[in-house]
Amino acid sequence: MEFDTTRPIYRQIIDDFKKQMIRGELKNGDKIFSQREYAARAQINPNTVQRAYREMENMNLVLTMRGQGTFINVNEDRLRELKREMAQGLVDRFIKEMHSLEFNQKEVLKMLKEKYPDEEGQNDRV
Amino acid sequence: MIEFKHVSKRFGRTVALEDVTVTYPRGKIIGLFGPNGAGKSTSLKMIVGLNRPNLGEVTIDGKSPQDSKHQVAYLPEIDYIYPWMTIADAADFLKPFYSDWDEAKFKDLLGFLNLDKRMKIGRISRGQRAKTKLLLNVSRQAPYLLMDEPLSGIDIMTREEIINTLIRDYREGEQTIVISTHEIADVESLIEEVVFIADGRIQLVGNAEDLRHEREASLVNIMKELFKNAN
Repeated sequence: MEFDTTRPIYRQIIDDFKKQMIRGELKNGDKIFSQREYAARAQINPNTVQRAYREMENMNLVLTMRGQGTFINVNEDRLRELKREMAQGLVDRFIKEMHSLEFNQKEVLKMLKEKYPDEEGQNDRV
Repeated sequence: MIEFKHVSKRFGRTVALEDVTVTYPRGKIIGLFGPNGAGKSTSLKMIVGLNRPNLGEVTIDGKSPQDSKHQVAYLPEIDYIYPWMTIADAADFLKPFYSDWDEAKFKDLLGFLNLDKRMKIGRISRGQRAKTKLLLNVSRQAPYLLMDEPLSGIDIMTREEIINTLIRDYREGEQTIVISTHEIADVESLIEEVVFIADGRIQLVGNAEDLRHEREASLVNIMKELFKNAN
C-alpha cells in the first residue's frame, strides 16, 4: 500500500481497514496481519502500526487476543454506522472543497443533480 | 535516552554545532535530518565518543559516551572494514570487541540479506557492502543503533532489504535507532520522531505523525520549508 506522506500514516492504515470492512473484503471474525507483519509488508515503523491497531481497538473495530492475533470485530450495526461515518466524511470534505472554490449551495446541488438523473430515469433539463 | 545539553563544537574556525540541546527518546526510530554540513555526522560521532564537545555534554542514559560504548552500535559512512576480509573474517574481527554479539542473529540475517560469509568485502557491490555494514552492526544486542546515511547511493531493491531488516528486527520500546540522512524520502515512513538540524543548530523537533497532521505536509516538504527560511 502506498502512503500519502503528507497525512498521518496511522490514519491511512485505519481508513484502509475501514474501507475493506465496508466493501466486505474483511468480515467479522477475520484475522488481520499481526502488527509486525503489517509493518514489514508496508515497510513502515512498527510503532505507527501499533498506534493504528490501538485506535481501531478503541473504535471497536478490531479485537486483539493475546497469543492468537488481531481479529475484525464489527457486527452489522457497527458496519452500517461505519459506512455512514465514512460517507459523511466524504460529503463534508466535498462541500468544504466546493465552498473553497466559491460554489454556493444552489450551484453544488445543480451539479449533483446533473450527475444523478431523477427517479423516472430522465435527466433534468437545466 | 540520548541527551545533548548546550553542546557546542568547532573544528578550527568552523562551527559544527552551536548550543545544541536535544533529547533522542528511548525506544523509537528517530530521523536526524538536515542538509550536508548541518552537524549530523558530528552529532553521531559525539554519541559514540569519537568527538568531544567544546562546551556542554552528551549523555546516554545518564552516562558519558566513553562509558556507553557497549550500548551503542554505530554505522558510519566510511568503510572501516578491510577490503581483503571476507564477511566471516570481518565478523570474527569485530566479535571480541562486543560482549553482546549474537551469533544466531548474525547467521539468520546473513540469509535474510542474501549474503555469503565467504564474500570478500573489497569485491562485492556497493549495495552488498551496505548490507554487510548493517549485518555487522545489528548482529549485536546494542540498545542504541546509529546509522549515518545508511541508504546513500543504494539501489532500490537493496534499500528495501535493508529497511525490511530494520523493521523485522526492531524491538519497539527497547531499541533506539537514529537514522541520519539528507535523503528523507527514503526513510519517511520509518521515522517516528524527527530532529531537524541546519548550520549546527536545532531547527525543529517533533513527532512525525503530529507534524504531518499539524502542517499537512510530508517530512520532506517540512524540511524544504525550514531550510528555505534558514538560508
